[in-house]
Amino acid sequence: MSRAGWIRVSVVVAAVAAVELLCQGGIITRFTMIPPSEMVVALAGILTSGRLTPAIVRTLRIVGIALAASILVGFVLGALLHALPRVRRTVDPLFATYYAIPIYAFYPLFIVLFGLGDVPIIIIGFLLAVVAMIVSTLNGFDRIPRALLKTARIYRMGRVRTALQVMMPCAAPYIFTGVKLAIAYSFIGVIGAEFIMSGSGMGYEIAFAYNNFDNKVMYPLIMLVLVLVTIINMFLHFWEMILFERRRRG
Amino acid sequence: MAKGEAHVTLQGVTRVYPGVAGQQPVHALGPLDLELVKGEFFSVVGPSGCGKSTLLDVLAGLASVTDGAIRFEGVPIHGRVPDGIGVVFQEDASFPWLTVEDNIAFGLRQNSVEAGEVRRRVDHALSLMGLKDFIRAYPAQLSGGMRQRVCIARTLVLEPRLILLDEPFGSLDQQTRLLMGDELLRLWRETESTVLLITHALDEAAMLADRIGVMSARPGRFLEIVETGWPQDRDSRIVARPEFGRITGRLWSHLRVESLKALGQDRPPL
Repeated sequence: MSRAGWIRVSVVVAAVAAVELLCQGGIITRFTMIPPSEMVVALAGILTSGRLTPAIVRTLRIVGIALAASILVGFVLGALLHALPRVRRTVDPLFATYYAIPIYAFYPLFIVLFGLGDVPIIIIGFLLAVVAMIVSTLNGFDRIPRALLKTARIYRMGRVRTALQVMMPCAAPYIFTGVKLAIAYSFIGVIGAEFIMSGSGMGYEIAFAYNNFDNKVMYPLIMLVLVLVTIINMFLHFWEMILFERRRRG
Repeated sequence: MAKGEAHVTLQGVTRVYPGVAGQQPVHALGPLDLELVKGEFFSVVGPSGCGKSTLLDVLAGLASVTDGAIRFEGVPIHGRVPDGIGVVFQEDASFPWLTVEDNIAFGLRQNSVEAGEVRRRVDHALSLMGLKDFIRAYPAQLSGGMRQRVCIARTLVLEPRLILLDEPFGSLDQQTRLLMGDELLRLWRETESTVLLITHALDEAAMLADRIGVMSARPGRFLEIVETGWPQDRDSRIVARPEFGRITGRLWSHLRVESLKALGQDRPPL
């Protein structure tokens, strides 16, 4: 691990240790927060008891659907917009301001349109993630050097082969960054939506525990979300580094 | 087609770029006539913006001519890349996600060449270009000169009959350019291809070519075709010959005027 990596890990460990000491010393009351060590034990209990397994599975399933849809639709829309510069010029400013829109405000509308259930939550996860994917796809395609596209023409490659064998591999690191962002946004969207207005899922369980002052469930679940997202992001970061490393000019 | 026969012919070739957003159309090239003889090394020099790269694009079939005709081996080229043409661009066109070996084999695999033949041709190109020790390297791990060698090797493995080079050594230092020029001459003799080199470097053109076409400021036309008279087995040592100085001097006498025109400084001071 690099020096910066070690410093990063040390900062996190020090912060957790500080919270542990503050909780154990009674400076932070148990009513406010339980010590991280107890969170770990409680989380192990929750996971082994299977009591919250359906909620965890449901959330992961919804995130999976929202993510898959946002990656697929985001990539296709990004590719289409890249091929249609006039349309792109029209919608580009909307992307720049998109994340200023509070998507959750539209939840009542989604309930009216799609009813109570998974669909409005999937839509919120999708809407938060899809634009990151579109923007990253556009960014990737914009960065394809003209000389590579000319080379494909010299090889007399058709449009499909050029797209699959030149454009996509060339844009891959940027598309991958889009996938990474889409994962983060779909988790935020889905858990946030469950937190506010769902009757099940991890977000709902966190909200339920919060409303009942049940810190022994709320904090372990928050920890679970953090651990899950961190593991997924570390895995993606590892692959992203490999992709970029091959292309970094010496 | 025998050596010495007309390989590529350009007749009244003109290229006009249509005006964008209410601007005037840009007459970039021509009318231009030229006949490239099979197996010759032809260089094109001209001031910046005279249409040298446009000439390469229309010759390669990457762009259509507005007027006139281009024939390669008797077959018209019109905005469609014909078989048998290889191009090396000024910019680095190596595929960054592929190793040196896969970059060189890319075109052969596109043409569904049998695996054994791919291996043979790639090995030969690697040896020829001095890239044997870098088979598994990615372009990012190579210097600019070596990346350009990968692009040249990638072109050569397809055994093109006409090689078009668009300032391939533009980003290299002077010494490396001279040495790369030697390699290019060696490859040209070995492959017996017809070569058209676009360059802004007069010494490069004078050293490498059998004939040099001097282009005018935009719209680019040939002002003169200079015959160098070099023997076929020449190398960079010819730069020490007195004739070399005479050739570059002759090229510069044309280009000075045209470059001033291109810069808009051809009028006497007020």
